[in-house]
Amino acid sequence: MSVWRIGWQVALKDLRIEWNSRVFVNQVLPFAGVTMVIFAFALDADSVLQRVAPGLVWLATMFSMLVLVQRSFAVETADGALDALRVAGIDPRAIYLGKAVALGVQLLVLEVVLLFAAVVLYGQTIPTDGVVLLVTTLISATCGLAAVGTLYGGLAAGFTGRETLLPLLTFPAVAPVLIGATRAVEAALGTAGAVVSDGWPWVGLLAVFAVAFGVGGALAFGPLIDE
Amino acid sequence: MTTTDPTFTSDQAGADGDRTDERTGTGTRATRIIGIATIVAMGWLVAFGLGFSPEDRDQRESVRLLYVHVPTIWIAYLAFTVTAVASGLYFFGKKKSLGWDRLAGASAEVGTVFVAVTLVIGAMWGRLTWGVFWQWDARLTTTALLFVTYIGYLAVRRLGGTHEQRARRSAVIGMLAVLEIPLVHWSVRLWRSLHQDATVLDADGDVSMDGLMLFSLFVGVIAFSLLYVWLVMHRTRVMAMEDLLEDRGLDDAVAARRAEAAAPTSGAAPAATTPSAAPEEGTV
Repeated sequence: MSVWRIGWQVALKDLRIEWNSRVFVNQVLPFAGVTMVIFAFALDADSVLQRVAPGLVWLATMFSMLVLVQRSFAVETADGALDALRVAGIDPRAIYLGKAVALGVQLLVLEVVLLFAAVVLYGQTIPTDGVVLLVTTLISATCGLAAVGTLYGGLAAGFTGRETLLPLLTFPAVAPVLIGATRAVEAALGTAGAVVSDGWPWVGLLAVFAVAFGVGGALAFGPLIDE
Repeated sequence: MTTTDPTFTSDQAGADGDRTDERTGTGTRATRIIGIATIVAMGWLVAFGLGFSPEDRDQRESVRLLYVHVPTIWIAYLAFTVTAVASGLYFFGKKKSLGWDRLAGASAEVGTVFVAVTLVIGAMWGRLTWGVFWQWDARLTTTALLFVTYIGYLAVRRLGGTHEQRARRSAVIGMLAVLEIPLVHWSVRLWRSLHQDATVLDADGDVSMDGLMLFSLFVGVIAFSLLYVWLVMHRTRVMAMEDLLEDRGLDDAVAARRAEAAAPTSGAAPAATTPSAAPEEGTV
């Protein structure tokens, strides 16, 4: 089987585990939701919330991503499942791609829910002419986040101290995604007078980021987990 | 079984003898010369930076911070480049020599400290000239993220596991950082250029530099380069000793346990454990 086919199987396996355990729906989504609520406490005024809503959506996404990545690799290391996959002769690139795809799918669901929360809680509106930009941004940013999250998640998997190490490694690396995705979503939603055409250079940045870390991650993942 | 005990101890004694020869410290002739040169250069830097160089027309005395601020960040860039190259040499090299890994780690440590110095001095300078400690300028923001990235790299080095695991993991991170930093810089620059037209830092480039000031800066670069080389040489050797201590410590413990198991009588046990305890004390 090709790397892509096996990767797809790994992704399906991860998503099936999530579907059966309901951790994503029962814990991660509520956590993201409560993050959006406490942002409102911290920033108080309605006008401020409306102006910074796109950034808050991405901040909440990143915090939740940490939880998802921990979970994704806790599943693998619990019974030596990662070693079992390696012993079964599965290409590490396939494991990387599969786990990244599964993480990406969960992140996409999360982002849609958070955007909906921003509409409801922060009074955001989604104009129709920004929808294409919005969807493109969500997909390209998610690819970048999933690539980085899976790479650094795999790095520390199975070692003590990984819970604290993951945010330290991940946040500086995903800073470009936070900047780019926030600006692009601002453009798509027309926040603070931004226009849709402002958003496309940022999508370019997000795409370059996703490709760079996707390729780098696929190549580096093997040596990282091959202990 | 009793015949294995003497071979263990004599083996240890031989290795121990070698070690006491070369491990009275991490200093050699080369590091001593570089160390003295560093002190001399630092003395020159103090003399030129605080004494001979003139004060700036606009920035007055605070311009003297330049002679530390700029050299440290230049050498930090150099240090991180060395880290990336050494990581690549370890990772792609056929021999998988741990020496490259230690060079990468030592260089990253020194580089991180230098970036910290740059940031602290920069914040003080910013307070004096701009009135604020921090500006969300592209260069400042990138430097701050650079600092945090290498803090992460150093944390990865301390994750544990064997030396080879450490080397492989940190080599990957050391090389990924090279991928990461340009992306971070690009995004931050794009972010700032859209939101802020001119930055205060850009004005610095326009300052036409006095000849003596330029020379003082040059002295600073020399002094910090020497300091970097001196620190990295010592740190690499200390790391080699740490690795050796870990390896030998485990071997010694295994030998001691084997000796205990082999000779449970009260006479043999102390004889086997004393030589194994000695080298550890010797290296500390």
